[in-house]
Amino acid sequence: MGRAAAAIHSAGVEYALAIVVFGLGVAFLVVRPLLRPAEREAPDQARREQLEAAKEAKYREIRDADLDHRMGKLSDEDHRETDRELRRQAIEILRQLDELAPEEAPGGPEGADARR
Amino acid sequence: MTGAVGNACLAVGLGAALYAAGAGVYGARSGRREFVTSARWAMYCLAGLLTIAMIMLESAYLRTDLSFKLVAQNSSHETPTFYKLTALWSSQEGSLLLWAFLLSVYSSVVLLVTRRKLREIVPWATAVLGVVAAFFLSLMIVFGQNPFAKLARAPVDGNGLEPLLRHPAMAIHPPMLYSGYVGFAIPFAFAVGALITRRTGADWIRSTRRFALVAWTLLGTGILLGALWSYSELGWGGYWAWDAVENASLMPWLLGTAFIHSVMVQEKRGMLKMWNAGLIMATFTAALIGTFLVRSGILDSIHAFGASTLGVPFLIFIGVVAIGSVVLLVSRRDSLRSEGQLESLLSRETFFLLNNLVLVVLCLVIFWGTFFPLISEAVTGTKQSWGPPMFERWTVPLALLLALLSGIGPLLTWRRASPATVRRALKWPLVATAVALGVMLVVTPAAESVTSLIMFTLIAFVLAAVAQEFLRGASARRVMARESWPAAMASLVRRNRRRYGGYLVHAGIAILFLGVAASSGFHAQKDVSLRPGQSTRIDGYTVTYRRPTAGINSDRGGTGAPISLGAVLDVRRGGDHWTMRPSRNYYKNNDGTGGVFGQYFTGDSTSEVDLRWGLKRDFWMAVQPDTTGLMKPLRELNRRFSNASERTQIAGFVALMEVYRRTAPPAQFRAIVSPMIAWIWIGGAIVLVGTLTALWPTAEARRRRAASLAAARLGRELSRA
Repeated sequence: MGRAAAAIHSAGVEYALAIVVFGLGVAFLVVRPLLRPAEREAPDQARREQLEAAKEAKYREIRDADLDHRMGKLSDEDHRETDRELRRQAIEILRQLDELAPEEAPGGPEGADARR
Repeated sequence: MTGAVGNACLAVGLGAALYAAGAGVYGARSGRREFVTSARWAMYCLAGLLTIAMIMLESAYLRTDLSFKLVAQNSSHETPTFYKLTALWSSQEGSLLLWAFLLSVYSSVVLLVTRRKLREIVPWATAVLGVVAAFFLSLMIVFGQNPFAKLARAPVDGNGLEPLLRHPAMAIHPPMLYSGYVGFAIPFAFAVGALITRRTGADWIRSTRRFALVAWTLLGTGILLGALWSYSELGWGGYWAWDAVENASLMPWLLGTAFIHSVMVQEKRGMLKMWNAGLIMATFTAALIGTFLVRSGILDSIHAFGASTLGVPFLIFIGVVAIGSVVLLVSRRDSLRSEGQLESLLSRETFFLLNNLVLVVLCLVIFWGTFFPLISEAVTGTKQSWGPPMFERWTVPLALLLALLSGIGPLLTWRRASPATVRRALKWPLVATAVALGVMLVVTPAAESVTSLIMFTLIAFVLAAVAQEFLRGASARRVMARESWPAAMASLVRRNRRRYGGYLVHAGIAILFLGVAASSGFHAQKDVSLRPGQSTRIDGYTVTYRRPTAGINSDRGGTGAPISLGAVLDVRRGGDHWTMRPSRNYYKNNDGTGGVFGQYFTGDSTSEVDLRWGLKRDFWMAVQPDTTGLMKPLRELNRRFSNASERTQIAGFVALMEVYRRTAPPAQFRAIVSPMIAWIWIGGAIVLVGTLTALWPTAEARRRRAASLAAARLGRELSRA
């Protein structure tokens, strides 16, 4: 076997070895979540997170409108109307939050069980 | 070993990306969360693998391992270490690796941040990001763009880095640009996820807004660095040439600018859902077109060093993204209805909409002008192109309109504003603008260019409007919290980072426009041939050519150029006096044309501009030495010393340099006086500060994040107990 052929052969072996090592590493990390029981979530957790984010955004809007009013950019009448509308929307978000199941202990039911 | 590890990283990475796409879709459709988590881990693995691949390739460049095709093509033993590191993205294969690497990092970060959010959208977004990553990896593996390709026989030395790219701005420009292009993949992927799941509220926008802003900032910074490179390296004295690749980077930036404005309307009013989804899809498509243009070579460009043959797969992918986006948008139009409506024409959302329309029209004009050579060739059979005057005829009026809107927007409130409050808000900015206009007419020559005068007036309006917003806000806080002016100003910005960061960005853009308008409307340029001792005058300056310079390995820019020919000039204006040293660098021709000595004059050469920066004006000088007088001594040296020892050959070069200095041939000079050009870079820096201010999390968000982390930790620990 010539030197060039030997080099090609050696590179091929190295490549195959690297594929196996990286492939096994990736397979281990990717398969691990499949072997664990799925994370148990509090019911409506995703919805609660969305509503919490919407609530924060609405509060920010109310503060923004308030700042605009103090800066004289919003007339008393416009501010009253805008503020009333924004607060109505914020109350609606709070009502939807209240309608969700009560928030469980962090970590899901296991967390609550362990605490008990 | 480096090549084997690098290749393995790409191959396993492709598998991981495809798996992430498949597992994401399966997890979304079956509702099995463990597959979604597994897909996320696949994307983390991809980031790890591509980090290793980047390290492997950079190590090959640092070692100057010439058995790698890429290293031999773009580096050499003599290439300075800094430019060996940056040579990776000067090649097409390296750029593709950089693209995929950046995408994997962005994807991992966004998937980590959203791992407990947007449960329905995230799996689809993971799948989209996996598909995009798989496309770029397949270009490297399947379509012959392998960055780890080896040569059958390593050459003695490499070609070295393209001389034009040996500039600090150019070293950072491509990664910045790519970070911008790639960053828009994140909101794009989440928009696709939101449309598929019909979760078209503002949640996907809230989770990806920061990524869009980061992408917009990095792309803008990349564009500015490119302009700086053009100005200080290319030797023509300008910073924007309406070149196809420059335009290709501007298009996604303009669409991204429209997007980061209009998403606020959706967040606050539930409007423009269809528009926002369409806009981010167009932005990402434009980012792909930008990458494609720099790499395809279908249009003539100063970026011709990037030209290659990736056209077909890239065009197919762009087509799939564009058509897929349209189909998705149309099929989900019922979920994209607005929740609110415009209550008044005097509202911020109305002006955001107008600003969006102007930005999109501007983008379409640039698109038309950029692709006009292809369109004209297809229609008439003759390739015609748009020159800078044509671009400026269309873009300048739109830029003026944009400046006006960016001044009025901050003065208005959301929903509605009464005519009386608008009049009050406009009063002082208009007074300040009138005063500025009067001063400009009396004290400056601004009236000589009507377009520039209009732009200066509008810039004064924007700056006055922004200043008023800061002052009125701080004044309101002073009344409310009884704070001093500085404390009120600081707490105003701290409590309203997004709003006041945005205003700073407006001020920065206005200042940038000031630099553009002044430097393009009032610059003076002179091309002249001078002998040593001769002088010329330009715009009140007297320039005297003192003496020629010639040196071996003496380039002051650290580019590693073997030969530099230049000039020493005295510049005077009144009592002000300074010396300038422009030069031209000559690089070895790798095919040996010209013989042992002559090969240094038949290869690439670059202009090394000398610049005197100033807030009022820049003085810019470039030289084109006349080397015809060296041809005879070069032939003689080639004939007599081609086979001589290295020491003798060096002595020959030293003698040649002495001939140039002594014979002092006339040289061609270009002198440019550019007023206020420095304000372009200062404006860019202010934009960066403004964006960072807007990006910085509020105290409330930090508290929320800390509480959520603590809660997660508590949950984990309790479940283990």
